Amino acid sequence: MANAFGDGPGVLCRNVRKHFGSGEAKVDALRGVDFETRFGELSFLVGPSGCGKTTLISIIAGLLDRTGGELTVLGSDVDELSLNERVLFRRKNLGFIFQQFNLLPALTAAENVAVPLIAAGMSRRQAVDRASALLCQLGLGSRLQALPSTLSGGQQQRVAIARALVHEPRLVVCDEPTAALDHASGEAVMSLLAANAVRPGRTVIVVTHDTRVFHYAHSIAHMDDGRIVNVTRPSGAREQSAPLTAVPA
Amino acid sequence: MSFVALRMLTGDRAKYFGLVFAIAFCTFLLENQTTIFANIMKRTASQILDVTDAEVWVMDPQTEYWEQTKPLKDTDLTRVRSVPGVQWAVRLFKGNPVARTPEGKFAVCFLIGIDDATLAGAPRKMLLGSWDRLREPDSVIIDQAGYVLLFPDQPLALGRTLEMNDHRVTIVGVSDASAPFASLPVMHSRYSEAITFLGRERTELSFIIARPASTVSADELTARIHQRTSLRARTTQEFMWDCIRYYLRHTGIPVNFGITIAVALIVGTVVAGQTFYLFTIENLKQFGALKAIGITNARLTGMILLQAFTAGTLGFSLGTGMAATFFEIFLHQLATRGIVLMWQCVALTAGCILSVVIVASMLSIRRVLVLEPAAVFRT
Repeated sequence: MANAFGDGPGVLCRNVRKHFGSGEAKVDALRGVDFETRFGELSFLVGPSGCGKTTLISIIAGLLDRTGGELTVLGSDVDELSLNERVLFRRKNLGFIFQQFNLLPALTAAENVAVPLIAAGMSRRQAVDRASALLCQLGLGSRLQALPSTLSGGQQQRVAIARALVHEPRLVVCDEPTAALDHASGEAVMSLLAANAVRPGRTVIVVTHDTRVFHYAHSIAHMDDGRIVNVTRPSGAREQSAPLTAVPA
Repeated sequence: MSFVALRMLTGDRAKYFGLVFAIAFCTFLLENQTTIFANIMKRTASQILDVTDAEVWVMDPQTEYWEQTKPLKDTDLTRVRSVPGVQWAVRLFKGNPVARTPEGKFAVCFLIGIDDATLAGAPRKMLLGSWDRLREPDSVIIDQAGYVLLFPDQPLALGRTLEMNDHRVTIVGVSDASAPFASLPVMHSRYSEAITFLGRERTELSFIIARPASTVSADELTARIHQRTSLRARTTQEFMWDCIRYYLRHTGIPVNFGITIAVALIVGTVVAGQTFYLFTIENLKQFGALKAIGITNARLTGMILLQAFTAGTLGFSLGTGMAATFFEIFLHQLATRGIVLMWQCVALTAGCILSVVIVASMLSIRRVLVLEPAAVFRT
């Protein structure tokens, strides 16, 4: 089993199955997925639309219940957790990056990043200070008070990355982080993600079908029709990037 | 997370103001209609409430309300005075003579004849002149609205004359009598003169007004008078409610106002409730993201309730301010004088708005609670 600093897999799926509906309307989204990620690595999950990538990361993130199989996340058997414990587990250990950023439009960049800290009980001022420090490190020091609507797509995704990392989660789940961006912005976002998200004791899963960013992956799991059909470890994969320096409290 | 909830609420100014103003207008409509209705009903008892000297009204057992009187016998006054606990009891006449001005303008009036000796029941709020000038022969006091009706575009002045039943009477005072239900001039004169201003009937005594001794309550005295004289005796408040109930039962006013109030409530509920519900629906993706991040359902519920009650409180306060301003402006108009925003109407409206907020919140909360957090991964 995994411990906090990376022995064993970060996420371990064995024969995970998921179906939606029943009877004639039954759809098998996952047909027995075996998947594993390691701490300190960027694991890509790739495949055509509808192959089950999003369903799989939703199950790993505890947002969706699986129909069958075994799942261990950060050494914990998710099944043993109550619904409320799952929410708290998610709040403490998971960071999310969404395709459409999902920033709160009424909050400034710094306040958006501070939300996970506030949710964890930190005071608003402390949370915003810490979020601001992280945004400065990500090159958004001049846009701390900007509303999401005034930021470019790339800037919004950088804010989303900061929000996903600010509370030092051990699992970061990214859903198509470059899909809404042009190539240059996508490349910049992936570079930032690789440089700041990957660190010992943390595992990062990236769902994408953007082949232009595959070179950032330590491992690539290819999915098709609800199954992992192939796992490759690119020879040119980057060694672990310089980790994010400690974010000031 | 309160600040997040409030920023989500106020972030989109157009939606926020739309929501607050929907509640404000709903509040305004409800308070406006219920207050006008309540005040119009209260006007049916204006002349009863204006008599501040007495606490007990005695009348024929068949008399149901102010407008409908069957004269008592003069001996009834003595019978009432003989009831233990009566400090004093005097006559009161109520009639509807026609008053004419020298210029030929005329109007049916409420003429109230008060006891010659004590002038008990005289109007106490005077705008011009003094009520004790009623002791002068052929004198009347007229209310301001009646004066303006009979002498339009002329300044308030004493000494003008009117003709009533071939009697020339002089205006010795202008009172600020409460507006009657029907917009008729209200006049006061001495009892002995009032009965001559109207065609004589065999009996003239409309009411007896009385005050209980200090050792007896008004309720107790009404029971005693009824027991000993078989006459109908009511306290001022009871008689006021008798009048209101009569109009509620026998006129279409409550139905008409009820329809308006119901429409205001339904439209207000639908508009305000739907606006808030749609506000939540449009923010579902944000709530989904918060759920995914690890905000518990209890916290999300708290956020929605905070948003709903903030919008509700602001809208209600704004609407009440609008209603108060409306009534303050029209309080000084002759036709709408005395119509004030009643706290009971404000409380009733607050209850309605609270219900709207609770229902809209429950619907919104339900949508957020059943929201699958995984939905945030769908674009």
